Amino acid sequence: MSRILRPHGGLALSRRGLLRGGVVAAGGLALSGCDDLWRADAAKDVLTRAEDLHRWSQRTLGGEALAREYTRADLSPRFRANGSRGVADAAYRRQLGEGFAGWTLRVEGLVARPLDLSLAALQDLPQRSQITRHDCVEGWSAIGQWQGPQLGGLLRLAGVSEKARYIVFHCADLYHGRPYYESIDLADAFHPQTILAWQMNGAPLEEAHGAPLRLRVERQLGYKHAKFVTRIVAVDSLQGIYGGKGGYWEDVGDYAWYAGI
Amino acid sequence: MAGTQTQESGQDGGEVILRHRLSTRLWHALNALTLLVLLMSGLMIFNAHPRLYWGEYGANYDAPWLKVSSARMGTREFGFVQIANSRVETTGVLGLWEDQDGRQQRRAFPYWMTLPSRYSLALARIWHLAFAWVLALGLLGYLLWSLVNGHLRRDIHITRREWHPRTLWQDVKAHARLRFPKGEAARHYSVLQKLAYAGVLFILLPGMIATGLAMSPGTDAWAPFLTQLVGGRQTARSLHFLFAFGLVLFFAVHMAMVVLAGPLKHLRAIVTGRMRLEEEAS
Repeated sequence: MSRILRPHGGLALSRRGLLRGGVVAAGGLALSGCDDLWRADAAKDVLTRAEDLHRWSQRTLGGEALAREYTRADLSPRFRANGSRGVADAAYRRQLGEGFAGWTLRVEGLVARPLDLSLAALQDLPQRSQITRHDCVEGWSAIGQWQGPQLGGLLRLAGVSEKARYIVFHCADLYHGRPYYESIDLADAFHPQTILAWQMNGAPLEEAHGAPLRLRVERQLGYKHAKFVTRIVAVDSLQGIYGGKGGYWEDVGDYAWYAGI
Repeated sequence: MAGTQTQESGQDGGEVILRHRLSTRLWHALNALTLLVLLMSGLMIFNAHPRLYWGEYGANYDAPWLKVSSARMGTREFGFVQIANSRVETTGVLGLWEDQDGRQQRRAFPYWMTLPSRYSLALARIWHLAFAWVLALGLLGYLLWSLVNGHLRRDIHITRREWHPRTLWQDVKAHARLRFPKGEAARHYSVLQKLAYAGVLFILLPGMIATGLAMSPGTDAWAPFLTQLVGGRQTARSLHFLFAFGLVLFFAVHMAMVVLAGPLKHLRAIVTGRMRLEEEAS
């Protein structure tokens, strides 16, 4: 910046005017205009589309990377439960009372062999135990130990079709009157740390944490970790399933389907 | 910043120099808007869990080092900010306040500060995470360009002479007396200015990006060193918040300096690039 410029006295005033106008316009846009901008579909579209960029960059850079695992010394003294902390459904209450003895998990959709698995059958499958950090979309974190069969093994057992693109988890709970559900793609479904946990911190899952079975998809935020899972469906599209956006919070509240950030 | 070339007097006596390059002006404007969107959406995200912790985990059963909340004492309800064990009452501004429709709200930051201007964690995250890309790519592009065109070396680099305590002290005194450089000296940033700009470019902004990434469970899987470096995800979240307030503090001082040193002159310079040097009083 070593050039020396001649002053343009005549332009200075109009520049000053422009400048003031610019500052006012920028301030206005930023402070009150963003809410209006959001209502413009094009702006909403562009901003929401950034989710693809998040997913693409995380998958490209992360690949099959494992979420960090901790030791028992790192466990949260008390693990917070949120979302649905209980299920009102009569059949669920009865099963809970019976220790889920007659409960089964249904695996169906684009699979060669639909399965009905009892809790004992899930416990007999090869198990994975992991101490991981649960990150809620709100900002808090808790560390817990989870154990259960890998989802990938279960899907292989059922013979998941090549046409399947997503795995949908249907839950026993209603949250604010609507059935909770979630979905992940096959990259996460076959990730080694993606398990169906029936045990937490060495004991069977408590009701508040999603008894008898919850999904652990460790590289994503808490709302993806469906609790009270009763039915797993392999699908080629999320369209036509409830709101079509692949999950409870995605449907009701503009939350991102890819929750890796 | 201008080098030292032959003086050429303008109509009013002062020489007009190219104060800010186009790359600096463009990035400055883009970055100002980006940081405003990130700050306001970030405050909304904070409202979702207005507590900060140190370490890897932290939730409602754990002790926060900072908390914004409201409480009731007898019949009186009040908002407060709590740091460790000391509370400061902030009724009306933080923790307990009235929104634009006159309704009482018990959120941490009032809606006039947040984006969107109501409670929506989902929308705030969409704004925040989209503009995070603008911040990161903008900063990367600007730093690379400034390296190539010599801006960093010529204008931001702090020389050994400038690091000398006496030079630093001189500049502190000059700022305290509100004596701003004139004539030749005004061609260059002073050492405190350089420190402030270098702090923003190399510490605060990269710090915001690094601590932001450290909070992502996806990134934590492939870049665990980010979280481990700072000592845990909740520490990263706390630092993210502190760095953001470092930037707010920078902004306040930056604005004060512009106002004290000649707001029109500096506004004109950051928009058009040109600035007229004032004659040195002799």
